[in-house]
Amino acid sequence: MTTTSDERVDRAADHRPEPASPGATPGVGAPGRPARAPHAPADTGLATYLLRLGDDALVLGQRLCQWITRAPMIEEDLALSNIALDLIGHARTLLTLAGRLDGTGRTEDDLAFTRHERDFTNTLLTELPNGDFAVTVARQLAYTHYASLHYEALAGCPDRELAAFGARAVKEVAFHRLHADRWVRRLGGGTAESARRMQRGLERVWPYTAELFDEDDLVRRLAAAGTVPSPAPLRPVWEQRVTEVVTGAGLTVPVPSWRARGGRSGLHTEEFTDLIGELQSVRRQFPGGTW
Amino acid sequence: MSAPTAVTGEAGQEEPLTRFEALIAQGGTIEPRDWMPDGYRRMLIRQIAQHAHSEIIGMQPEGAWLTRAPSLHRKSVLIAKVQDEAGHGLYLYSAAETLGVDRADLLDALHLGRQRASATFNHPALTWADTGAIAWLTDGAAVINQAPLCRTSYGPYARAMRRVCQEEAFHVRQGYDLMRALCEGTPEQKAMAQDAVDRWWLPAVALMFGPPDTEAGGADARTAALGAAVSRRAMAWGIKRHTNDELRQRFVDQCVPQAERLGLTLPDPAIRWNEERGHYDFTPIDWDTYRTALGDDTHWARRRIDHRRTAHEDGAWVREAATAYAAREEAGASADASGPAVPRQAQEERA
Ligand SMILES: [Fe+2]
Ligand SMILES: [Fe+2]
Repeated sequence: MTTTSDERVDRAADHRPEPASPGATPGVGAPGRPARAPHAPADTGLATYLLRLGDDALVLGQRLCQWITRAPMIEEDLALSNIALDLIGHARTLLTLAGRLDGTGRTEDDLAFTRHERDFTNTLLTELPNGDFAVTVARQLAYTHYASLHYEALAGCPDRELAAFGARAVKEVAFHRLHADRWVRRLGGGTAESARRMQRGLERVWPYTAELFDEDDLVRRLAAAGTVPSPAPLRPVWEQRVTEVVTGAGLTVPVPSWRARGGRSGLHTEEFTDLIGELQSVRRQFPGGTW
Repeated sequence: MSAPTAVTGEAGQEEPLTRFEALIAQGGTIEPRDWMPDGYRRMLIRQIAQHAHSEIIGMQPEGAWLTRAPSLHRKSVLIAKVQDEAGHGLYLYSAAETLGVDRADLLDALHLGRQRASATFNHPALTWADTGAIAWLTDGAAVINQAPLCRTSYGPYARAMRRVCQEEAFHVRQGYDLMRALCEGTPEQKAMAQDAVDRWWLPAVALMFGPPDTEAGGADARTAALGAAVSRRAMAWGIKRHTNDELRQRFVDQCVPQAERLGLTLPDPAIRWNEERGHYDFTPIDWDTYRTALGDDTHWARRRIDHRRTAHEDGAWVREAATAYAAREEAGASADASGPAVPRQAQEERA
């Protein structure tokens, strides 16, 4: 419960302080093939960064799974499961890469199923409870616009595998973004009730959006070295794009008087304990099991 | 009444009926605009609607395990599967709509208990292994049941079933693979797999194929006659191609060797190879067994419907908004004609 992933990767860093050589082990990112890769030099900074992105995708995917069989129409059961499937796919690639780069050789499943709540570094936005459909749409709006900008930038980064991931993921996220945009417009321009709920959804979610663009020492260092894109400059573009959608739907972009932060350092919401408990329950019930 | 009345009463329909029957006899396909007897239309609507309802109700037992799948690979496979089932529901509701009914009305009928889903799913999925047993056994039964429906006489139904069947076959393989992993795992995992098979065998073998309709399966004459009456009509119209018991036998013959390979025991002591028949014998599904397996009006039957109804009611404001928005868009002749909210077809990506 108390060992953070930072401590773990720092220990690994004692052995291999050098950055990873790009594309050292091609093909290991393929999901379903847990990597016991030839040990590339550990880049714990990049690994920590990838873990954050992977946790975002995993946790949001987990939340969307909770909608399936409960959506307002069958088309949405289909759409939300489609999006969840993509997100879990992103998580698998990112966690696999992270486990390889940090030198511990942990697989995607080791990272998803054996870490404790405090070790997860997803943003609080992604773990917010689903709420009604409008809250979910608001959360999707914020995340998908962020992710498409971020993955697009990632597609240009020097690590070939990471760049390839960014290029693939940005295409998938484009559909998720379209889905969110369309629902904001429909709910904003639907009935009085749907507009009220959509506005309330935005208000609920907005204080959690700033964390997506936070830069700490790690991100600044990686961005300065040109290893990964810096998130802060993406924010104005994000603002502009979501504002266009929200105002176009006859709604108002909230101006939160407060902002949430903490997920990136493992300080989560209270509901997060249940989310992780549920995620890991079967695996924990059968120690030594093979799946 | 006497024969002449019947003839004159149906005079207007005599010719189309003859043509319809000839077409069926030749193994031809009936399309939505073709004339069809009311009974044929009613039987189709009932069967397709029940099938569509079963697809979406069937999402629930496995859907309950999406958040708990014990590996990210299995989670992806399960999401894709449940998503496929939603897609099957959509194709089938669309096929039913070609017969002049509305999806919304069919869903109301399900929610109000006027129509039913397959009772197979009125059983709880209690452990992770249940998701494997369901995919292996109930989807396996579905494939056997549905393969002949790809050649059913009603065109839109046959075409929907061709898409459905391809995906179902995939589900069976994945379910078997999940069970295999458990059987090769720890003793606790294997015990979980056996327990799931113990609970899902009867729902699959009894309920997925409908009531007994021949004596060949071992049912007594009266039981067989009851079921046969229904099957005979469906077969005469080319809606069904085989008796329930024929398909059931095919299912048992397929499962027994698979279970042996897994090292699992099917919970029927009567199962043994019958050299003479060239089939496996098994305990006949008589009406009592069938009724018991139905679990009608049980706690679980109610929960499945309640779950559906709650989702439907909670989502009413969303559907109203979508309808209002679409109407406004149309009125405003907006350039951006709003398509369906589905980002892509379900089939595109597979784990
Ligand atoms: Fe299906
Ligand atoms: Fe299926």
